[in-house]
Amino acid sequence: MNKVMRLHGSKINRKKHIKFKFNDKEMTGVDGDTLASAMLANGQMLFARSFKYHRPRGVLTAGSEEPNALVNFFNDHSWEPNTKATTIELYDGLLAKSQNHKGSLEFDFMAINDYFHKFLSAGFYYKTFMWPKSFWEKIYEPVIRSAAGLGTLEKKDDPSIYDKGFLHCDLLVIGAGPAGIMATLTAAKNGLKVILCEEDFVLGGRLNADTEFINEQAGSAWADDKLDEIKQFANVKVMIRTSVYGSFDHGIFGAVERKTDHIRSSGGKPRQILWRIYTKRSILTAGALERFISFGNNDRPGIMLSSAIRTYLNRWGVCPGKRIALFTNNNDGWRTARELRDSGCNVVAVIDSRMESSNQLDGVPTFKGETIIDTRGRKRIKSIELKDGTTIETDCLGVSGGWNPNIHLSCHQRGKPVWDDKKLCFLPDKIPFGMKVAGSANGKFLLSDVMRDSIQKTEQIVKELGYKYKKISVPKCTGEDLIIEECWEVSGTKSRSWVDLQNDVTSKDIYQSYLEGFHSVEHLKRYTTLGMATDQGKSSNVLGLAIMAKIQKTTVGDVGTTIFRPPYTPVAIGTLAGRARGKEFRPYRLTPSHNWATEMGAVFVETGNWLRAQWFPKPNEKHWRQSVDREVLETRKSVGICDVTTLGKIDIKGRDAGEFLNRVYANNFGKLEVGKTRYGLMLRDDGVAYDDGTTARLSDNHFMMTTTTANAVGVFRHLEFCRQCLWQELDVHMISSTDGWAQYAIAGPNSRKLLQKIVDDNYNIENENFPFMACGEITICGGTAARLFRISFSGELAYELAVPSRYGDSLIRILMEAGKEFNAVPYGTEALGVMRIEKGHAAGNELNGQITAQNLGMGKLISKKNDCIGNLMSEREEFEAPESLRLVGFIPVEKSKSLTAGSHLFSRSIEHKMENDEGWLSSVAYSPNLEHSIGLGFIKNGHNRIGETVVAVNLINNQLLDVEIVSPHFLDPEGERLRA
Amino acid sequence: MIINHPYLGPRDASEFVYKGDANLINRPNWDSKNSHQQFHDYLYLRDNPEGEHKELWYHEQGDRSWLIVTRNTITHEVLDVKLVRDVSVGKRK
Amino acid sequence: MKYSALKIFLEGLTGNKGWKPVWREPEPKEEYDIIVIGGGGHGLSTAYYLAKEFGISNVAVLEKGWIGSGNIGRNTTIIRSNYLLKANQPFYELSMQMWENLEQEFNYNAMVSQRGIMNLYHNDPQRDAFVRRGNAMKLSGAGAVLLNEKELRKVAPFLDFDNARFPIKGALCQPRGGTVRHDAVAWGYARGADSLGVDIIQNCEVTGLNLDKGVCVGVETVRGPIKAKKVAICVAGSSSNLMRMAGLKLPIESHVLQAFVSEGLKPALPGVITFGAGHFYVSQSDKGGLVFGGDIDGYNSYAQRGNLPTLEDVCEGGMAIMPMIGRARLLRMWGGIMDMSMDGSPFIDKTPIDGLYFNGGWCYGGFKATPASGFCYAHLLAKDAYHPKAAKFKLDRFRRGDIIDEKGQGAQPNLH
Repeated sequence: MNKVMRLHGSKINRKKHIKFKFNDKEMTGVDGDTLASAMLANGQMLFARSFKYHRPRGVLTAGSEEPNALVNFFNDHSWEPNTKATTIELYDGLLAKSQNHKGSLEFDFMAINDYFHKFLSAGFYYKTFMWPKSFWEKIYEPVIRSAAGLGTLEKKDDPSIYDKGFLHCDLLVIGAGPAGIMATLTAAKNGLKVILCEEDFVLGGRLNADTEFINEQAGSAWADDKLDEIKQFANVKVMIRTSVYGSFDHGIFGAVERKTDHIRSSGGKPRQILWRIYTKRSILTAGALERFISFGNNDRPGIMLSSAIRTYLNRWGVCPGKRIALFTNNNDGWRTARELRDSGCNVVAVIDSRMESSNQLDGVPTFKGETIIDTRGRKRIKSIELKDGTTIETDCLGVSGGWNPNIHLSCHQRGKPVWDDKKLCFLPDKIPFGMKVAGSANGKFLLSDVMRDSIQKTEQIVKELGYKYKKISVPKCTGEDLIIEECWEVSGTKSRSWVDLQNDVTSKDIYQSYLEGFHSVEHLKRYTTLGMATDQGKSSNVLGLAIMAKIQKTTVGDVGTTIFRPPYTPVAIGTLAGRARGKEFRPYRLTPSHNWATEMGAVFVETGNWLRAQWFPKPNEKHWRQSVDREVLETRKSVGICDVTTLGKIDIKGRDAGEFLNRVYANNFGKLEVGKTRYGLMLRDDGVAYDDGTTARLSDNHFMMTTTTANAVGVFRHLEFCRQCLWQELDVHMISSTDGWAQYAIAGPNSRKLLQKIVDDNYNIENENFPFMACGEITICGGTAARLFRISFSGELAYELAVPSRYGDSLIRILMEAGKEFNAVPYGTEALGVMRIEKGHAAGNELNGQITAQNLGMGKLISKKNDCIGNLMSEREEFEAPESLRLVGFIPVEKSKSLTAGSHLFSRSIEHKMENDEGWLSSVAYSPNLEHSIGLGFIKNGHNRIGETVVAVNLINNQLLDVEIVSPHFLDPEGERLRA
Repeated sequence: MIINHPYLGPRDASEFVYKGDANLINRPNWDSKNSHQQFHDYLYLRDNPEGEHKELWYHEQGDRSWLIVTRNTITHEVLDVKLVRDVSVGKRK
Repeated sequence: MKYSALKIFLEGLTGNKGWKPVWREPEPKEEYDIIVIGGGGHGLSTAYYLAKEFGISNVAVLEKGWIGSGNIGRNTTIIRSNYLLKANQPFYELSMQMWENLEQEFNYNAMVSQRGIMNLYHNDPQRDAFVRRGNAMKLSGAGAVLLNEKELRKVAPFLDFDNARFPIKGALCQPRGGTVRHDAVAWGYARGADSLGVDIIQNCEVTGLNLDKGVCVGVETVRGPIKAKKVAICVAGSSSNLMRMAGLKLPIESHVLQAFVSEGLKPALPGVITFGAGHFYVSQSDKGGLVFGGDIDGYNSYAQRGNLPTLEDVCEGGMAIMPMIGRARLLRMWGGIMDMSMDGSPFIDKTPIDGLYFNGGWCYGGFKATPASGFCYAHLLAKDAYHPKAAKFKLDRFRRGDIIDEKGQGAQPNLH
């Protein structure tokens, strides 16, 4: 460690040394350092390369607004590109490396761009790279892409864990500088529930960076004391390392707390936490950020903001140069010069653009009414040249172009700040409801004004929230005002003058942008990329606007500003996702037989959030088709059992429940007898088929509706809409009982025999007593309540048996045990699908939200006699068009061939193009019963074309297949089995 | 956003499902003259104001009530929240 | 002024001082043959094709702010022609073909980058639906490839194949899909239209439509009245407001769609990837930012900004399929006003008022349609006849039940 460069600092422990590596170079810092302060203390001024010209860059700021010093940072087992060295908290063993260069940081081959800068001016890429056409993707773009970008993303999964949480408070204080501390104390003493967020890892803001006194105590010590005081309040939560990144509707804020970025590894704990903070009121006390001045070669390493030099000096005890010069258009530069001199640093010049400046500094050469026109020094500034020709040797230049109140969060809800011609900055306006802005964020630059403003605003908040206000006095503060005069750009230089350092936007680009007609600030931003870098233009935007105003001979206020948008500082995508990744992306819904199916070795498939058994392979089965074919054949031969719990179940009761169903289903339901079940087709209000299922009448006023798995939630919502919003006069109540009942389909010729073994003796389920479509509330296994429905999706003699979910696991085991003598098989969703296609039932592939009842061949089902959802709209001319699509069956003419779902259908000997397209195959399966491929699909006028051969065109797989249009009922078209 | 539920107090908007123009509760009479025209207008031509908008929200993750929320579509400010049941009491067909 | 590498070289040598404005800033004339209201992508391309293809150059584009300030300035820049329905697919394929020749035609590099678009599928029904869609694409000449898991792993090895909640089984790929530098499209069309004599008039908000005996004869603007033989509305986001001036209601709701961009990164993604099961799509810009988005927020809004739940939902979708982006940081988020139509498809049509035409309802898919939308709208304006590939985008289609519902969601705009 270079001890010469380490002085006393307010927030470091000089005795505790910390070792770290930058580009494999070992360095030593001290406790309390950032990577930037430690590197500066080690004499490392070269941090990075710029985006376009690959110019050597140092560090401009001491905070999260840093445009230059971006590094690749290794933390928690992964590299994090584009990390600001000014925000990385130093820890033992820290690794960082520079980015965006080919070759080393010192010798970057890409720096050749800088020599061709004349040809790389604003928007050059819009004017070339067009010939020959094919070169864009092959040559130009790959070159441009690899040159662009900043850091490199590791192409491996982010190993860190992230978490999310909610917080609630009366008052959120954003920023813990003097205004934030004062607001927190005031609110705390008045009993408000307060959250104080600070992005830095110490509290105090500029109090740690400056040497002001409060109540005759050094500012940073005052901040420490006040923090201790704040910690005594149970109603205050202080969150350091927490950036409030966005302000959203109704007082909701987004914040990121960095939990472990300041240690090497998270140790399995969340690296960062995303907080959503719900507030009644908020106060923005985010301070102000110093801005830059545009002059020739103002981007060299060693050129910093004046206030940043002061921060490095006072907070970290680092003097960043041996010969320091200052360039200022306000009093801030003088303050830095004075403090440097008082700390024993060598200040070689103060250049003040103001003629009338009353400042002076003994022993320091001063140049009033003077500006810097150019600088020299490739990897570190060596000298500056003043407009009058004076050359001054320097290795560090501090620049102050004035201060921008940090109004970002006050503008996230499209607030438009207003320009203050005297303070030369934007002040907050049209602030979101519930927010106040105080301190230098509100344009108060004198410390005592900051304190007063903060207390006053907090007083208003306390009163607004209905608390009695206890007076807090304004502390006595030192400090001086800015007294700023315009100096945005030093003209008369042939060199480039940077405006946006990171994106390499120079004042010439702004002039050219104007020349080409890009006058609006939004055009300026988009054409030159000004302010679009990772710092979101915090140090450059206002400067760019001012230069544009100068060109247009108007004021910054008239030029206007671009829109401030979240986030205030960039937020890791991993943090925003939290734990919702991998298997935890969405919750799993498991069926009641899941554990049992797992024991059986079932293969599962995701259907929505459900996991369902897809098939149950036997040890000798090598291919899924073998399992599925067996399940189908065994079910049709004897009996099979399938968990159908996932179907939506809605329990509907009330005197008018029948009438309600009559209105929500397209087909008539009023006359359904008690103890019977009916198929129901539900239309959307636009007349398109929405959902189908069966509904059972358990008693006069009690119905049990089933929906498809996919629409269970939507149908229930729709029914509630009908009930509450359309037909309040109906006495009807309902509840979703999808999760309340475990339901199994028991299908096959032996299903009744199997059921008879477990249904209690007092219930007769013989055909004559319990025929097809019967339903009833019964008991099984000696008294367990159950519901039995004689419905069939498979086309077999079949039942669905429901028991309360908690018995679901037992029931599947009991059913399988009872079914042993019939060789009962469990079957999964694949076999279910095969059997329903064999039977010609529509499912999700058919009910896709584009298909009408008419398309399904169910047009005649729609009730014309009464008002029901969708019937009127289904009468529109296109719905009733004579040659419309119709659901039919398809088989390959050559039986050994397989159909492919998604094939389009064409008449024979017609060209295969869009205009001639007549339909498509929606669902296909291999029917082990018919021993060939079968399919359902839609084709124009299909029901009148049975027997016709058409072509199934599958260009995706280069497959053309002659197929015959057949009835969709491949098996048992008369329905004898299900009535058996 | 936060919706101040008449019974349950302020709730996060993510508990709700949005439907749209509150006029959707005024379904035309099925058997009126030109009912096809009326249903077309009811379903497809909705209010889409820049400013105050009465709209339907469903408290799906809560008490399953349908609400009429009056909200400004420029500022997102919520001006009023009512249960549909209370708005159309006595509405009979 | 013709742009070329040579021109850049010569200008560079002389200090880049000879560049000319990309478009003029004319004062509005008293009367035009056609006024296009809205200086967004579609409005500018309409004016360009009116002049270039139909010989009508006495045209003004009236823009209330700065040109390109609508959704063309705020989108995720994706172009594709991977639609399913007959009414849509040929139209979007026409647009794609126009993209492919655009830059050379108007001498402006909009960075049309055809690096492919991949829609992931996770189960058999989704694959079946994609096969159907892929065939529709091939039948209209758009091209499509169905990648299985093994093939997809080769192009996108970073996807979470092994630990995903919804296992990735493959993708439907349109190799010709890709991205375009969105602002450059607006500027390129503006430049092209301007050079053909079209007046582009910024800061000229239309405050009223002038009707004479039920015929639209011009507009009122903040800069005074302007007469026109035909008035063409093309103001996505403000469509309902403009049509309200004519006393007409539209089958459109205004919704906010958010989009997001990360900090710049060296190349990490091969093309556009979409994850339908989790509401996420992403590409990488030439500058290196990951440009991504998801669903609309879901409530009517003119605020041009959104809320947190959608942001989190989108990032969850991103991490669910490509956990390598955890350390990439969100840099900026923004929101645009979408004309969400009742079936998810657009309108290019005459209105019931003679002389007044309407183009809108593009939902969040308008960017890719920019060339064909302008061309077909210009066709309608110039000839009073529908272009055959945009003949279904009619305002009265709901009366007839001729719905163009790609997603099958019905009259629920926030679900399209």
